[in-house]
Amino acid sequence: MRAYLDHAATTPVLPQVVPTVAAELAEVGNPSSLHSSGRAARRRVEEHRERLAAALRARPSEVVFTGSGTEADNLAVKGLFWARRAEDRRRRRVLVSAVEHHAVLDAAAWLGESQDALVELLPVDSVGRLDLDALDAALARDPEQVALVSVMWANNEVGTTQPVTEVVARAHAAGVPVHTDAVQAVGALPVDFGASGVDALTVSGHKLGGPTGAAALLVRPELAVTPLLHGGGQERDVRSGTLDAAGIAGLAVAVQVAVAEQPHRHARVSGLRAELVAAVHAAVPDVVVHGDPDPDGRLPGVANLGFPGCEADALLMLLDAGGVDCSTGSACSSGVAEPSHVLLAMGRDETEATSALRFSLGWTSTGADVAALADVLPDAVARARVAGRLSLRGA
Amino acid sequence: MRVLAAVSGGVDSAVAAARLVEAGHEVTAVHLALARTPAASRSGSRGCCSRQDAHDARRVADLLGVPCYVWDVSAPFQRAVVDDFLAQYAAGRTPNPCLRCNEQVKFAAVLDRALALGFDAVATGHYARREVAADGSVTLHRAADPAKDQSYVLAVLTQHQLRHSLFPLGGDSKPAVRAEAAARGLAVAAKPDSHDICFIPDGDTAGYLQRMLGSASGPVVDARSGAVVGRHDGVHAFTIGQRRGLALAEPAPDGRPRYVLALSPVDRTVTVGPREDLTVTGVWTDVPVWCSGEPMLPVSVRAQYRAHGEAVPAQVSTAARPAGGSQPADAVGLSVSFTVPQLGVAPGQTIAFYTGEEGERVLGSATIVGTWRP
Repeated sequence: MRAYLDHAATTPVLPQVVPTVAAELAEVGNPSSLHSSGRAARRRVEEHRERLAAALRARPSEVVFTGSGTEADNLAVKGLFWARRAEDRRRRRVLVSAVEHHAVLDAAAWLGESQDALVELLPVDSVGRLDLDALDAALARDPEQVALVSVMWANNEVGTTQPVTEVVARAHAAGVPVHTDAVQAVGALPVDFGASGVDALTVSGHKLGGPTGAAALLVRPELAVTPLLHGGGQERDVRSGTLDAAGIAGLAVAVQVAVAEQPHRHARVSGLRAELVAAVHAAVPDVVVHGDPDPDGRLPGVANLGFPGCEADALLMLLDAGGVDCSTGSACSSGVAEPSHVLLAMGRDETEATSALRFSLGWTSTGADVAALADVLPDAVARARVAGRLSLRGA
Repeated sequence: MRVLAAVSGGVDSAVAAARLVEAGHEVTAVHLALARTPAASRSGSRGCCSRQDAHDARRVADLLGVPCYVWDVSAPFQRAVVDDFLAQYAAGRTPNPCLRCNEQVKFAAVLDRALALGFDAVATGHYARREVAADGSVTLHRAADPAKDQSYVLAVLTQHQLRHSLFPLGGDSKPAVRAEAAARGLAVAAKPDSHDICFIPDGDTAGYLQRMLGSASGPVVDARSGAVVGRHDGVHAFTIGQRRGLALAEPAPDGRPRYVLALSPVDRTVTVGPREDLTVTGVWTDVPVWCSGEPMLPVSVRAQYRAHGEAVPAQVSTAARPAGGSQPADAVGLSVSFTVPQLGVAPGQTIAFYTGEEGERVLGSATIVGTWRP
């Protein structure tokens, strides 16, 4: 039995999702077709749209289904930039936090490299929370030149939540729309799209027990978004591509279940995380906990832990061999572990940013997972420390 | 045994890993990333460490049912192999980067880390054989297939490194290994061999050196007459024994071709002369590595000074003068005298020593720091 401690990467599909997706896969009908089979498919898609919207306190017309959270983030960042720039040529500035997921950071960087955008990375404090004074200063400087602000709801690597409400208040005062990547937050924290005031929000199926390849961008209908994908114009002319009725069904059911169970699950997962941190601390007294220590300021299930003297990739390998799945910050496409840009932005040095592992708990986690980690960790850390002195980096 | 199998994404390391799994070892595959930014793809699959190679390595591990990780060795590779390669050429010497990679990266940085992490050995797809004696000591031997033998590039290993190395392919020929890969269903079975220098994927070493080291023009001097017979754009573009590409303004008085005899980076001089002036009767080396255990000196050996060169009879003794190169002044090198004079021996090359009835056992190796002529 493996201890799966990587729910922030992807989490097991909820039992309610599988039959829903299977049933939908058995149906025929393109939701855009005019005949009876098509209309029936359209009806089911719209019911699932309403279900998802209701769970997140959005209007159905605000839901744009996409093929991934990455696509939704790209659509928000690029689509808002292009549309806002088309309205006013002066709007070149894109403000994003320095701890965004690569789906936002790299989309913004691409705008900077090839679309004449001026990308500004907003700094965070030592727990990874946005520096609101820096946002104020950035907005005060030529607010009419800002195309958009993108700040995630909660960080995927360290779990720290962002002051989204404050970001919205400030950006809106300057007349600037706000996007938030909430893929880690939905199902883990209360997320109310309507009340949050954000103009666009990313939600992804497989992070909360739905299928991979099904996601959505919630976006206010009055806000123009230039499409990334052109074709049939299925989703409000903002996103083209035959609607994935089965994926949408799975996404909607998963969001509905995850949101309904969120309060109960939050309490349970928070408790397990506390157990995990305590167990690691007992085994490795000099462990460093990255992110906000206040339980109200972070995701319930994410524990980003630094192991001084260890290289994270060596530790990951040893834990893997010992039956524990966890992750380093991020890896490039060839699989080389990179220093975490999140930890670097939080002021950690390169050594610290390459000696941290993320353990993330979810709806299937139990005390046995924590016990399994506690069992193999001391030996793994001891070995990784010996190897750490022979680091390939410095060698 | 817990074995760390270095898988490049090529056919040899794949079969090596497969055999170890089959033999019941606990195998973990590691793909070594030699550069921070791997080429997205590389036509002809020359060299190694493209993104495609990392993918192929992973697929091999999947098929074998073993975990696969990527280890970033770009820092030691850059310093110990690439920078050293450039520095050696800039100094007028002729290095072998594969040998440095084995000595400093694969069987040093990687092996040390593997041992610390609890592995017993590092395995590669090199064609060479190890023999383990009753007392646990290990000797290195040529591969069964002389055409593929890679014992020369492993002759830099120490006894310690050799004890913790495995070369599962040493007893086989390349066609047999390819056939085995196909029979095992490994997708890399038909992948072209990597050759040349992996960090110069287009194979244009001269162009690479020109780009990296720039131009530093100087005279081409005739060794016999002392006359300047041409100009060149940098001593690093030449190797000793080279005949082509000298672009000499005037032919030699006797009309015979001229060869590069010596390179002097300090005064940027390339010395040329007739073929017989290339003749070397012996070499000085820096401190040797006796991979299979230190022999009594002097010793009669067969000496090989090129990766694919022939091993020739020679006598090895302790150097009669302080060795040069990077060694301290009091370091003791070797003097090697060839039974038959040799052509085209250059400082910077590694000279490997073989013994045994058929010259199959590797004694050790050393880097050539100077040559002497009749």
